[in-house]
Amino acid sequence: MSNTPDGLKYAKTHEWIKDNGDGTVTVGISDHAQELLGDLVFVELPEAGSDIAAGDEIAVVESVKAASDIYSPLSGKILGINEVLNDAPESINDSPYEDGWLFTLKITDKSELDALMDADAYTKHAQDEEH
Amino acid sequence: MPFIPHTEEDVNRMLSSIGVDSIESLFDEIPEDLKCGDLDAIPAGMSEMEITVLMHQRAAADGQPDCFIGAGAYDHHIPAAVWELATRGEFYTAYTPYQAEASQGTLQLLYEYQSMMTALTGMDVSNASLYDGASAAAESILMAVRANRKSKSRRVLLPRSLHPAYRKTVQTIVQHQKIDLIELPFDTTSGKTDLDALDNYSGDDITALVIPQPNFFGALEDVDALTNWAMSNGAISIAVVNPLALSILKPPGEWGDEGVDICCGEGQPLGIPLSSGGPYLGFMCCRQQHVRQMPGRIIGATEDLDGKRGYSLTLQAREQHIRRSKATSNICTNQGLMVTAATIYMALLGGEGMAHTAAAAHANTGKLVEKLCSIDGVDTLFSSPVFHERVLKINASPKNVLRSLAAHNLLGGYDLGAEYPELGDAILVCATEKRTEQQIESFRDKLDRIMNRQAKCPVTPKFDQP
Repeated sequence: MSNTPDGLKYAKTHEWIKDNGDGTVTVGISDHAQELLGDLVFVELPEAGSDIAAGDEIAVVESVKAASDIYSPLSGKILGINEVLNDAPESINDSPYEDGWLFTLKITDKSELDALMDADAYTKHAQDEEH
Repeated sequence: MPFIPHTEEDVNRMLSSIGVDSIESLFDEIPEDLKCGDLDAIPAGMSEMEITVLMHQRAAADGQPDCFIGAGAYDHHIPAAVWELATRGEFYTAYTPYQAEASQGTLQLLYEYQSMMTALTGMDVSNASLYDGASAAAESILMAVRANRKSKSRRVLLPRSLHPAYRKTVQTIVQHQKIDLIELPFDTTSGKTDLDALDNYSGDDITALVIPQPNFFGALEDVDALTNWAMSNGAISIAVVNPLALSILKPPGEWGDEGVDICCGEGQPLGIPLSSGGPYLGFMCCRQQHVRQMPGRIIGATEDLDGKRGYSLTLQAREQHIRRSKATSNICTNQGLMVTAATIYMALLGGEGMAHTAAAAHANTGKLVEKLCSIDGVDTLFSSPVFHERVLKINASPKNVLRSLAAHNLLGGYDLGAEYPELGDAILVCATEKRTEQQIESFRDKLDRIMNRQAKCPVTPKFDQP
């Protein structure tokens, strides 16, 4: 069973969101998502400084099986991207919640954050999707 | 195994199992007005005997004229071994076989093709081919727009000296992609892209610059200056090149200070017959850093479980069978059979053989131009050095002159009037390595007679009257 830590928020499209408490969040993909994708070989990250809306396609993760879009779970401005992934995309497989983070975001609408799922709801969502 | 394995009985059983009356009803959701209905323009079948007669008639209509037309497709010598080998059963398929376990020979050939193309262009990576040169140019522009994430304008500079058919194809393919194509004029003295006109865009947000080499007029562009301009203005540089010319010219990977980003072109000069305009072969190469944005297939070398070398399709995660509408391209048809011929052609000639061929074509065109310009009323139009084509200004109607030459079984060049009316009465001529001294001499004599006759004729020919 995949690891779904408490204390994080989750989106239906399998991103996790960590509230940094200062109006910014860190975003990555869940352990469940990386398991489904298989070995990642390339990550195309958004550009720091770009303004994005919730639901925008802003990154692509490419595994040996497929290239998949990453959707921004929230609206805001991209603050930083995880440059490590350019050379070590496998960090997402090895450490989806720590080393494999994708980008940080300064959010513009806190209510969007509240609308996301908690760990239990996401676990159920992921199970439902499989059936 | 039959190609379509379903018998009528199979089909009926499947239809009844899903509770549908006919195959047509599966397409109900397509609006009636979008269906093409009966294809009335396609005639009924013919017997083998009838088709043989028809094909003999068609072949006879082609004749065996002396060909002095280039304009994007070139009459080069093709060693007999090329198609003897390419049409062997082991290779004779129009598509890339996907299954590595069944197609090691074809995959190895494609891998070698890619290696040869990167050597020829001086680029890091080649794909396994595209449809043709014109669509490769369009695909390169789409790729540049994807790859240049710093640029937001989607404005692409397209020289007027690029092949007119390529410009039209590019227009057709990118027009609904919110890409703004801006035409760059050519200098009317040199025939090359006007660098002053280019400088008007310095400092603007330009996504990509297309650089033809040689350009449609045969002229050699200032590729170093153009490539450096693109680099210093944050634009992706796209070379559109004749692959044979690269055996004697500086490869695009070495243009300017850092080489171009993308290089594409038409592979027809590499062992593919003219055959009424196709099938041909598009090629595309790029820098390593852009490889994820490259459309099409790439064959990679790897090792199997026993440590033996093997080949397989790689970097296909962004192709249409996986990414559907989000694929890097949905028209990345692989011209497998043409690639096979081109690879055999390049392997047979080698770098040295290709350089000899290119140099012979260059020399022949030089001789041709010299001979033709000895005629009163014929002169070169542009001053730049050329590869194997040149624009001639003639003091007569190109249409009439070319028609008269054709009546003498000679294709005397390409009439530039329709595409470049600003050039006046001008034709584009080409003499590949196949043209003999005698053919060149005969062209001169015929053109001389025709020009003289037309100059002396007091009556305007009927077809010229408004």
